[in-house]
Amino acid sequence: MSLAASQNISAVASSPARSVQAETFKYDNAIVRAFAIATVVWGLVGMTAGLLCAVQLFFPGANLDFQFITFGRLRPLHTNAVIFAFVGNGMFMGIYYSLQRLCKARMFSDFVSWFHFWGWQAIIVSAALTLPLGLTTSKEYAELEWPIKIAITVVWVAFTINLIGTILRRREKHMYVAIWFYIATALTVAVLHLTNSMVIPAGWFKSYSMYAGVQDALVQWWYGHNAVAFFLTTPYLGMMYYFLPKAANRPVFSYRLSIIHFWALIFVYIWAGPHHLLYTALPDWAQSLGMVFSLMLIAPSWGGMLNGLLTLRGAWDKVRQDPMLKFMVVAITAYGMATLEGPTLAIKSVNSLSHYTDWTIAHVHTGALGWNGFLTFSVLYWIFPRLYNTRLYSIKLANYHFWIALLGMMFYVVPMYVAGVTEGLMWKQFTADGFLQYPNFLETVVQIVPMYKLRAIGGTLYIAGVWLMVYNLYRTAKSGVFVKETEAQAVPFRREHAPVERGPHWIHRWLEAKPLTFTVLSVLAILIGGMVEIIPMYLVKENVPTISSVKPYTPLELLGRDIYIREGCVGCHSQMVRPFRSETERYGEYSKAGEFVYDHPFLWGSKRTGPDLHREGGKYPDAWHYNHLENPRSTSPGSIMPNYPWLLSQKLDTTSLPARIQALRKIGVPYPDGFENGPAQKDLQEQSEKIVANLKTGSITANDNREIIAVIAYLQRLGTDIKAAPPVATPPATVQPTAELDSHGQDARATTTAAK
Amino acid sequence: MNVILILIILSLGIALFFLGGFIWSVRSGQFDDTCTPSMRVLADEDHAKPFPNSTKNTKAT
Repeated sequence: MSLAASQNISAVASSPARSVQAETFKYDNAIVRAFAIATVVWGLVGMTAGLLCAVQLFFPGANLDFQFITFGRLRPLHTNAVIFAFVGNGMFMGIYYSLQRLCKARMFSDFVSWFHFWGWQAIIVSAALTLPLGLTTSKEYAELEWPIKIAITVVWVAFTINLIGTILRRREKHMYVAIWFYIATALTVAVLHLTNSMVIPAGWFKSYSMYAGVQDALVQWWYGHNAVAFFLTTPYLGMMYYFLPKAANRPVFSYRLSIIHFWALIFVYIWAGPHHLLYTALPDWAQSLGMVFSLMLIAPSWGGMLNGLLTLRGAWDKVRQDPMLKFMVVAITAYGMATLEGPTLAIKSVNSLSHYTDWTIAHVHTGALGWNGFLTFSVLYWIFPRLYNTRLYSIKLANYHFWIALLGMMFYVVPMYVAGVTEGLMWKQFTADGFLQYPNFLETVVQIVPMYKLRAIGGTLYIAGVWLMVYNLYRTAKSGVFVKETEAQAVPFRREHAPVERGPHWIHRWLEAKPLTFTVLSVLAILIGGMVEIIPMYLVKENVPTISSVKPYTPLELLGRDIYIREGCVGCHSQMVRPFRSETERYGEYSKAGEFVYDHPFLWGSKRTGPDLHREGGKYPDAWHYNHLENPRSTSPGSIMPNYPWLLSQKLDTTSLPARIQALRKIGVPYPDGFENGPAQKDLQEQSEKIVANLKTGSITANDNREIIAVIAYLQRLGTDIKAAPPVATPPATVQPTAELDSHGQDARATTTAAK
Repeated sequence: MNVILILIILSLGIALFFLGGFIWSVRSGQFDDTCTPSMRVLADEDHAKPFPNSTKNTKAT
């Protein structure tokens, strides 16, 4: 399209408002550059953390027995960094650049823009500090503890105000489809984050989810799925619809299709969450609903993908020449692959094989490396020369980056598919006589270790590509002069448009002047208030056990569970035995919803790098767990689990116990009144001594106030409650968790509990 | 499983919000023209030097 033609279009577009004088204003490029640099920096950090995780999966010693960089703590750091820091900043970069130009307006407020930027970076830094320290809620992609959750809310609201404010002050009447994708992102992520962040604090950096067990699982995956939808997908689709036509210099294949893409996606996406919980204790109809909506998602997703690819019809010669378009094409293709694979994995029969395996890892990395990564690189290569009013330093280097990244992605994804299918099939394989062919879980781990090595090579290549980009972008910036602001002119589409006054009460005036915005903010405030008030009361009464033998954790088990959460054990060990013969043979009785009523948060997990632990209690003596945690290879040769020597040396912190018991009582765990002032400590001491005595029989001398004692207590409790017989019919009004645990089985404890 | 009701209500709320947005956008004529908006995006060129499309595999500086 020639420049003359472009000018004609603008003239036509603004003709109704001819009589109004054109306004001159400036686009803010500084904020775009800030987010762009943050994207690159955090991308490297997040991907390097991921590589370190990958290496530890075939060389567990890579953590150097240093607890802060052990897999369980590093994995949430990796996922949070690539999602919220890399993609998050990438999304803000793309939105701040395109929104101003699409709206023909500067961002609503420079102050809010910079508050948003620095606030977001502060959140990322706090995540990078707290997650290695083990301060985590353990809920995937929502691991950050409650003070940071509040900070996220505040910063997100700032972003939303900036976004909506800019849209309301736009000089272009038509809202280009990308803007709709941005609006969906801002509003939906806010609701998701708030709903899943309902926690009760028990100290400054410890909280318990208000939901328990199956309810917590449902809320978490409603959040988790829609975070993928509205954090990783919709903003990037908006960016695709802006940057792809710009780079190809031709309009999107079908604007009408892009509109249909948006509305169909928005209405279908939000219902697909239950596909993360197939074959669990979730009601069957909810599982089917999730599956059906997941399958429906293929239509809008593929419509969008084809719309993107067809935009390049007749322009494929440009793809050959322009690395930016190469990245874009792979990104859109990866989007298509991931959105076909996602619904496939949501089919129950496929899910029974794929779930908990590395297939899921392959799937998410097709999306993360391919869709989000490549699209981010594409936009960075496009934006930098423009921000610096120059040309890209080297197209050759960008092409090298492209091929290295593509190779890296293949080396990542293909081995993970092989590993996933291998695991899934081996777990389910029976011999002709009807026994498990691989009864020892370790056999299935050892089998796929070579794949883990290949994956690390893939990750290394991918990161090497990013370094090439860093150099290329740095040289590009060096060769140009940064354009802090770009001047533009446009005719406002309505006469009443007036610049917002910057008096001390400008926010109030702005709100008064915008009844719609005011209403939305009020509703949001009411929603938050209402949820805080209603949800705990509403849910507590549901926590009456459906299985009467299920009891709250003893103080020692509770602290052990909190250590289990701190160490991120849930990253590799599920606690959900699905109702398949292959699983009940391997692990024991399948898991029931009623067993999790005191689990704040739920710890079902989503990946089995190690075996399921829901029926772990009583399987091995205490001494086995002690040795296994000290050095897993001493009991399980070939294991890839890290050593946990610090559990043996660190003193168990019991000072937090009263606050934790009180917090749990508030959300319905029936600890008796006053339990935390004496009885709990006494109980904890007795149970510790019992375990120390058990360890002695295994010729281990252990101190009774070490963390490992609590972890052993928790592991030995897991999944044992339903073995208590006969169940008591009366509801457990009071509970006196006792220390009747013995190392070889739960019978002693179970009998005692049942008798109460 | 009462929490599922909360989630359904919230999901419906989001869906209804966007339904409102959809109705508003149709009524206010946002989608009356589904041709020029896609071209208008291309109109604002805010950079001086063009992206070096034509130079193949060479350093552009």
